[in-house]
Amino acid sequence: MNFWERMYLPAIAKGLGITIRHFFKKIPTVKYPEVQRSYSKNFRGLHSLKRDEEGRERCTACGLCALSCPAEAITMIAAERTKEEEHLYREEKYAAVYEINMLRCIFCGLCEEACPKEAIYLDGPHVTAEYLRKDFIYGKDKLVEPVFDITKLNPEKTN
Amino acid sequence: MADEKFKVTIDGIPVEVAPGTTILNAARQVGGDIVPPAMCYYSKLEGSGGKCRTCLVKVSKGSEKDPRPMPKLVASCRTTVMDGMEVQNITSPDVLEARKGVVEMLLINHPLDCPVCDQAGECKLQDLSYEHGVSQTRYEFKRRTFEPIDIGDNIKLHMNRCILCYRCVYVADQLTSKREHGIINRGDHAEISTFIENALDNDFIGNVIDVCPVGALTDRTFRFKSRVWFTKPVNAHRNCPTCSGKVTLWYKGEEVLRVTARKDEYNEVEAFICDTCRFETKKTADWVLEEPTSISKQSVIDANHYDVFNPPPVIKKNLQLQEANEEQLERTERLK
Repeated sequence: MNFWERMYLPAIAKGLGITIRHFFKKIPTVKYPEVQRSYSKNFRGLHSLKRDEEGRERCTACGLCALSCPAEAITMIAAERTKEEEHLYREEKYAAVYEINMLRCIFCGLCEEACPKEAIYLDGPHVTAEYLRKDFIYGKDKLVEPVFDITKLNPEKTN
Repeated sequence: MADEKFKVTIDGIPVEVAPGTTILNAARQVGGDIVPPAMCYYSKLEGSGGKCRTCLVKVSKGSEKDPRPMPKLVASCRTTVMDGMEVQNITSPDVLEARKGVVEMLLINHPLDCPVCDQAGECKLQDLSYEHGVSQTRYEFKRRTFEPIDIGDNIKLHMNRCILCYRCVYVADQLTSKREHGIINRGDHAEISTFIENALDNDFIGNVIDVCPVGALTDRTFRFKSRVWFTKPVNAHRNCPTCSGKVTLWYKGEEVLRVTARKDEYNEVEAFICDTCRFETKKTADWVLEEPTSISKQSVIDANHYDVFNPPPVIKKNLQLQEANEEQLERTERLK
């Protein structure tokens, strides 16, 4: 090595230069959970059971989602709709109990494809971590989408 | 003459049958794909058949003596064979085309509410339209609609779904002494009805559920309990004073959800069963279990059913793992 190389100073300055250049670059890090990265359009996350334009549950408990499910994660119990419940459920029959075991689910989207009533979509976020196995069994309380007013929906947002 | 046999060729397959046999039954003796589908014909019911027209076949050679072909497609359930007859079923494009038309006609007033219907999965109309139908209807008018009616305590009539095959009428007529239900009105207005809304109460009336090819007559004790393919059929019998007592139990878990008669490959019952067997004895203790009912691999009922329970050795033997599992379970209990 010659004198300049033994001094190390030029090498340090060169290294610092590289470091300082990064201060002015765009930061790829996202500060989760304050900031969330948007999912891709075809991302399959948590299931939601849909309502129709009148706010009635679309699911008729036909069992095709459970049949198509390769992981056998879905179970349901059907019940008959009474006259007073016609504003709650779209069809004559509805799912009184609808459970998805999120530990079993592999988010393949076959239930979505099998559904003849367009009642289930995997359009939610990731399924969060839990401490107990029983908490991974999601019932209708977590799956059914909240009632919305179709007249107040922004058409650009719903895709 | 008594043991004379007629030679018939169905789709090129020769078969010898007794005189007086219908083409459909001759085809059933051959078996396989060449058997015409039948919605209304029921071999156990006298006089059934000739109504739905799904079993239409082409007779390309009338007989040995008169080899002219028959001018039109004939209903194979009602046409008897002649010596030397040549029949075309799936080899004739005319027949397949006609069958497509028949399915379209049968579906004109059918509501297609299969996701709701209890018959879905074992419905003959479903199979038929899947195999022969078109996916779109050309019918632009309103379908006729009826409210579902309770016929007696155990039977539900969905007139919407009825295809007017008359099988239930024959059951009520031939199996029971007092006929109370039949078909009223004509043509497009025809409907199954009981005599002035009389409830049907007879020991054998539950059989109308089994003979119904669609979901028009369904079991009220099974109504919306489970889809057919989530239940597991098991053959069983019991000592019944009124009927043969040979049935199929449909299990979900340990619970018997419904009891039906045993059905053969053409969806016809082997022996009619009484209402006590069907509706009132729904406990495993009432029955002597035989074996799981064999279900065709093509059937949706076969889905997710595993014949032999054969756990992998890790679960069967590994004691260490079993202990670890127990420990984990305890820990979970503590956390609750």
